[in-house]
Amino acid sequence: MNIIIVGCGKVGRTLVEQLSNEDHDIVVIDENPEKVQSISDDQDAMGITGNGINHETLIEAGIMTADLLIAVTGDDEKNLLCCVIAKKTGHCQTIARVRNPIYNKEIEFLKKEFGLAMIINPELTAANEISRIFQFPSAIRVDSFAKGHVELLHFKVKKNSPLIGLKLFNLHQTMRTSVLVCTVIREDEVIIPNGDFEFMENDIVAIASRRQDAIAFFERIGIMKHRVQSAILAGGGKLAYYLAKILLASGIHVTIIEIDHRRCEELCELLPKATVICGDATDQELLAEEGLEQTQGFAALTGLDEENILLSLYAGDVSNATTVTKINRITFNSVINELNLGSIIYPRVITADYILKYVRSANYSRNSNVETLYKLANGKAEALEFLIKADSTVAGIPLQKLRLRKNTLIGCIYRNGRVIIPSGQDAMMGGDSVIVVLSGYRISDIKEILED
Amino acid sequence: MNYSIVLYILGFILRFESVFLLLPALVGLIYQEASGFSYLFVAVLCFAVSFLLTRRKPRSSRLYTREGFVTVAMSWVVMSIFGALPFVLSGDIPFYVDALFETISGFTTTGASILNEVETLSHAGLFWRSFTHWVGGMGVFVFIMAILPLMGGSTMNLMKAESPGPSVSKLVPHVKDTAKILYIIYIGVTVSEIVLLCVFGMPLFDALTTSFGTVGTGGFGIKNDSFAGYSPALQNIVTLFMILSGINYSFYFCILSKRFRDAFQIEEIRWYLIIILASVGVISYDTMHMFGSLGETVRHAFFQVGSIITTTGFATTDFDLWPSMSKTILVILMFVGACAGSTGGGIKVSRLVILFKSIRKELSLIIHPREVRKIRMDGHTVDHAVMRSTNVFLCVYFIVLMCSTLLVSVDEFDFTTNFTAVVSMLNNIGPGLNLVGPTRNFSIFSVFSKFVLMFDMLAGRLELFPVMILLMPGTWKRK
Repeated sequence: MNIIIVGCGKVGRTLVEQLSNEDHDIVVIDENPEKVQSISDDQDAMGITGNGINHETLIEAGIMTADLLIAVTGDDEKNLLCCVIAKKTGHCQTIARVRNPIYNKEIEFLKKEFGLAMIINPELTAANEISRIFQFPSAIRVDSFAKGHVELLHFKVKKNSPLIGLKLFNLHQTMRTSVLVCTVIREDEVIIPNGDFEFMENDIVAIASRRQDAIAFFERIGIMKHRVQSAILAGGGKLAYYLAKILLASGIHVTIIEIDHRRCEELCELLPKATVICGDATDQELLAEEGLEQTQGFAALTGLDEENILLSLYAGDVSNATTVTKINRITFNSVINELNLGSIIYPRVITADYILKYVRSANYSRNSNVETLYKLANGKAEALEFLIKADSTVAGIPLQKLRLRKNTLIGCIYRNGRVIIPSGQDAMMGGDSVIVVLSGYRISDIKEILED
Repeated sequence: MNYSIVLYILGFILRFESVFLLLPALVGLIYQEASGFSYLFVAVLCFAVSFLLTRRKPRSSRLYTREGFVTVAMSWVVMSIFGALPFVLSGDIPFYVDALFETISGFTTTGASILNEVETLSHAGLFWRSFTHWVGGMGVFVFIMAILPLMGGSTMNLMKAESPGPSVSKLVPHVKDTAKILYIIYIGVTVSEIVLLCVFGMPLFDALTTSFGTVGTGGFGIKNDSFAGYSPALQNIVTLFMILSGINYSFYFCILSKRFRDAFQIEEIRWYLIIILASVGVISYDTMHMFGSLGETVRHAFFQVGSIITTTGFATTDFDLWPSMSKTILVILMFVGACAGSTGGGIKVSRLVILFKSIRKELSLIIHPREVRKIRMDGHTVDHAVMRSTNVFLCVYFIVLMCSTLLVSVDEFDFTTNFTAVVSMLNNIGPGLNLVGPTRNFSIFSVFSKFVLMFDMLAGRLELFPVMILLMPGTWKRK
């Protein structure tokens, strides 16, 4: 596909990295020549310096032959305008990033009236992700599929967990549950385990299962935690606003600590049920005063990654809270993974995953459709949801007869409201949602999981 | 320095060279020459070395700017070292330093020879000499990138180091596709010249070697008198293709993608053509008395001007005998060189245009001290970084020129010979004036001077910095 990306910020850059890896032709536009230069030097993409709203710049970037334009500048209005102009000039699909809460209610209206293929709101998506963790804090990450009916639950194997030393083929006997272990992340490597696999401390394990089975499983291995009742959010930005809104709606008590007085007043107006504290979230006294030691959920959402990391470490130290850390900019993955930070949320990666899903499903849609896409372990593995069509080549064949490629796993089948953890006799049927986990290669169509 | 990745890529380069070497071996087979075997032998040798170097994948495949520059410079050296072997083995050029000089002169598209008698060389040898021009013209890395998916986005560092011009940009988003387009244009131009020359009565072997020399802007001929023996029609065809090869390849890309307005708006090409026409005019006037008719005069003037400005180095007449003004113009054209993004050498027209514009800016600042003024090329503002690198390039260029002239002067030839020899090497042209004029050759120089000139050729082809970086001690420190 020919893709134009307007805006070379954090999200723009992540998108270029991911999309150029998948053999798309990418042109980036930004007004800052240094950013453009650095992207076209480091990445397999061409850069053009200019304003993405400018007709001439868009023509120079090849809007006439582009299939997709993604506007991810820092400015919502500019993104929307850019998409409209691109649409009128060329024949491309358009995606805009719109973050301001005031547009939130009108997203569908804007999408329809401006003819956009998609509007992404990274803060809202990230807030949804965090809220899923607070709803089910036993997991450090919850990837949801099939409109929330199926979940991939990630958890960390802690010291003196009964899992340590256990072989995978003994798991069902010992734990008397039916969960399917999909991936294990060990020291930045992704393993799709077979029966001989042995669990170790600090493994991050992802399981697919029904909710009640997962609860039973987590109880047996002793990490079951109930839904949080109260949460402290450090930092009162857009993400905090969206998150607070979701949490309040499900009856969780929210305390927001924000340093800027004007922003506090805004938040107070927008979220009458929340407790808004005007103060510095890095003030130890203040945190103690607001009950950090008793809180069940803590999310570090300030604008500074370093501050977030420090806050989460501290919260993890003094309380039993489920902690969530937002990391926007820094990329020292190996170090960050070593720390006891609880769940880590990368808004730019979430956005990129979201757009990637759109691009892949636009690319192929004969046999199946990519409905959802999550990247695991820094993109080394992927979990994808496909909607199977009745005439697909994989439909109706029992799984044991399918010759799957290496490092591929059919994690879950969702059929007519039923979650099936598949065995060899099960088959994929038309209309099923199927969750596939794989590493080492990429697919955009379900039939690509088969050996050639 | 990440040595493992540099060696790994050098291994790749040698694998390609071994494939290239099979071509002269084939020519040897066709002409039933024993020298073909020496090419086959070196091809096998290259493959063996390449196999050893690429056996293990390097731990980190990331190419930073430093590794990129070193890899490019080293690979040109390594290619020349191996490429010179068959000349010695086949006995065409018995002395290795001479063979190395000839090969470097070939790969850098200089076209300066140390051979007194070209015509006694085997066909395989003649073919390899000319083919090195073709390989070196567009560059090996561009070729490899067109074929192999090497290292993703960071390969831009390699292309930057190898491609001439003040700022290298991509034509299309993927480096691989950019390289492919360049080579398609390159092959297209080459094939059309071969066909045209054959149609106008040149033997196929001559047409092949001439086209390699022209399109790569090299200049090795297969006759002792370079191009004087061919018919006027053939000379005119070569003139045309020399000038076409000196044009920025993005011109052809614009034409191919039907952006005619953009194509004809490239300022550099306009200046390039203006310089050519003006020089031809003055030289024709100046040399009128030497030739029979106006037509003949213009033909010779065009050929020589085209040959020098594109840094090819063919000759149809001994311009060393021309009047002083014409010779001076030719020496100035040696400095000017072809367009950026072409296969030619020299300082490049675009750099000179930028320089003249910045001189005008400085002068204007004296008249209006508070004026804000930007330098523009093709309607776009020229980046400060480009300005700076242009200025630095020019400084380094003249320092290298001075030092080399000094070093070569130990041979105690006259100044014209020394100076034009160095100018000719640094700009990858071929002939100079006086003792290194178009009918002479470089065999007179001592071994020491030959090494200095070889350095100049490489420095000129790779636009100084990749070769200069090899001399920096910091480059070789391990990380």
